[in-house]
Amino acid sequence: MNTLATPAIAAATEAAKISMIGSRAFLVEAPGAFDLPAQRRIWALAQALEAQPDVQELVPGMTNLLVLLKATPADPQAVLTRLRDAWAASAELDRPGRLIEIPVHYGGEMGADLPAICDFSGLPAAEVIARHHARTYTVFALGSAPGFGYLHGLDPAIFMPRKKVPSLNMPRGTVTIGGMQAGVSVLTGPNGWNALGYAEIEVFDPHAAHPALMAPGDTVRFLPERIEL
Amino acid sequence: MEILATGPLNTVQDLGRFGYRNVGVTTSGAMDPLALRAANLLLGNAETAAAVEVQTFPFRLRFDQDGAIAITGADCRPVLDGMPLPPWWALPVRAGQVLDLTAPVSGARSYLAIAGGIDVPVVLGSRSTALRGDFGGLDGRALQQGDRLAACTAPPPDLPATGLGVVPPETALAAYFPARDETGTLVLRALPSGEHDLFGRDAERFWAQEWKISAQSNRTGYRLSGDPIHPDTPVEMRSHGLVPGVVQVPPAGEPIIQMSDANTAGGYPKIAGVIEIDLWRLGQARIGSRIRLERSDVATAIAAEKAVEAWLSDIRHTAAMVTDALAGMAGRQGRNKDED
Repeated sequence: MNTLATPAIAAATEAAKISMIGSRAFLVEAPGAFDLPAQRRIWALAQALEAQPDVQELVPGMTNLLVLLKATPADPQAVLTRLRDAWAASAELDRPGRLIEIPVHYGGEMGADLPAICDFSGLPAAEVIARHHARTYTVFALGSAPGFGYLHGLDPAIFMPRKKVPSLNMPRGTVTIGGMQAGVSVLTGPNGWNALGYAEIEVFDPHAAHPALMAPGDTVRFLPERIEL
Repeated sequence: MEILATGPLNTVQDLGRFGYRNVGVTTSGAMDPLALRAANLLLGNAETAAAVEVQTFPFRLRFDQDGAIAITGADCRPVLDGMPLPPWWALPVRAGQVLDLTAPVSGARSYLAIAGGIDVPVVLGSRSTALRGDFGGLDGRALQQGDRLAACTAPPPDLPATGLGVVPPETALAAYFPARDETGTLVLRALPSGEHDLFGRDAERFWAQEWKISAQSNRTGYRLSGDPIHPDTPVEMRSHGLVPGVVQVPPAGEPIIQMSDANTAGGYPKIAGVIEIDLWRLGQARIGSRIRLERSDVATAIAAEKAVEAWLSDIRHTAAMVTDALAGMAGRQGRNKDED
């Protein structure tokens, strides 16, 4: 891992938003844009906090970091200050990862929300699909379900808000868009993201030494294996 | 032991699977960790040993070897071979005996622990069943009629033949947890969370009103029904890590409290977080019952945590004293082996 040089001014301008969830979890949210530089600073913050004796778990999210302490702190204000300082001191950390190529069957029964994405974006289906597989994505974080990778890099023309009413039984392997994020679902079940295709991939094996296929920093490319319109 | 009858969604649980949230693995674990820890301590087990969490009844099983059990949590009126047992009780059992657990009058979940702990494979550091993901516990699924569960090898504790019990925490720790309202409403303490202030006047309505635990509630989360609350302007959040106890408000305005099988990440605005030491009480709250959230602080949480640890420490010492005395009378070595 390399630490990229960051102009000092970037660290000094905006403070992170830090809030508590319950009695011993703190959420640090990066200010500013939803982009790779912000995520790199989140990775750096996680690395800086890893060795702290009172930290139990660190859960990177999308330009944010959940810091779970081992015990309820007697002085939460001191923790807030410490985290704010740690954020200000975080430079960008590059995590060069692997390239993961995912063949996708676009459209058809498993791309049930493609018409809605077309309506919202004003683009024809073929264009939505082309824009989806033209991009290179970065795994920002894993979460929600075992091995699920939150992907950054979606073309803004096909951003699509999460559904108001989630699909009740979306199959695993569904290729989805949730707001400005992309992903491939790993469990069959309720899901509020929008389906545009299907991929046959195994992303999690609880019995493996490294259970998750993806890791933060990995690069993902979708390959149009079949397009069904 | 062999499961002779069970409802759906009864599972093997320990205290949970920690350290894998960053790959999307939920913690799982007992919804009432106090009950599980007490049951294990009564038996001289490690507090982290696995037990059966029974949340649907009737539940019936037959022991296929001699050993000892403890039943804690919601009082499921246990009956061993026709003999009613007191709640929060541990006692020796013999091969062939049949245990019946019936739907509790109050509380939602009972814990059946066995000396040595339930022997299922440890997956990612825990024996808890991860129903979302289909691993852990017994083959990653809920228990079914005909299933057999074994205990890890352990010398059976020397329990009095009639058993040994503890005063349940609702009574023993009453001074450290808010009393129920006159109407029986459960009061839970919480701290405001990240988007609290975005709810403006609705935030006050969140704290003031009683919420009903809807039928769409389970180990993953409790959906509350009541007078909806909304942020002043809609919020589209970036997904972030979650912990059990977080109170999220989806667009429809009725809050969800994430529980043991919670998603590890989410993006709904969060108005509050129930303090962790109060979650066992929520784990025992029944569908259809009412709760109210009360603004609290870390000092209150720490005081309750200390009281819980002292109560558990009492159980540990008392159980060890009783079994050592019995072992001494029988000429065997007891639990306090290092005192020799």
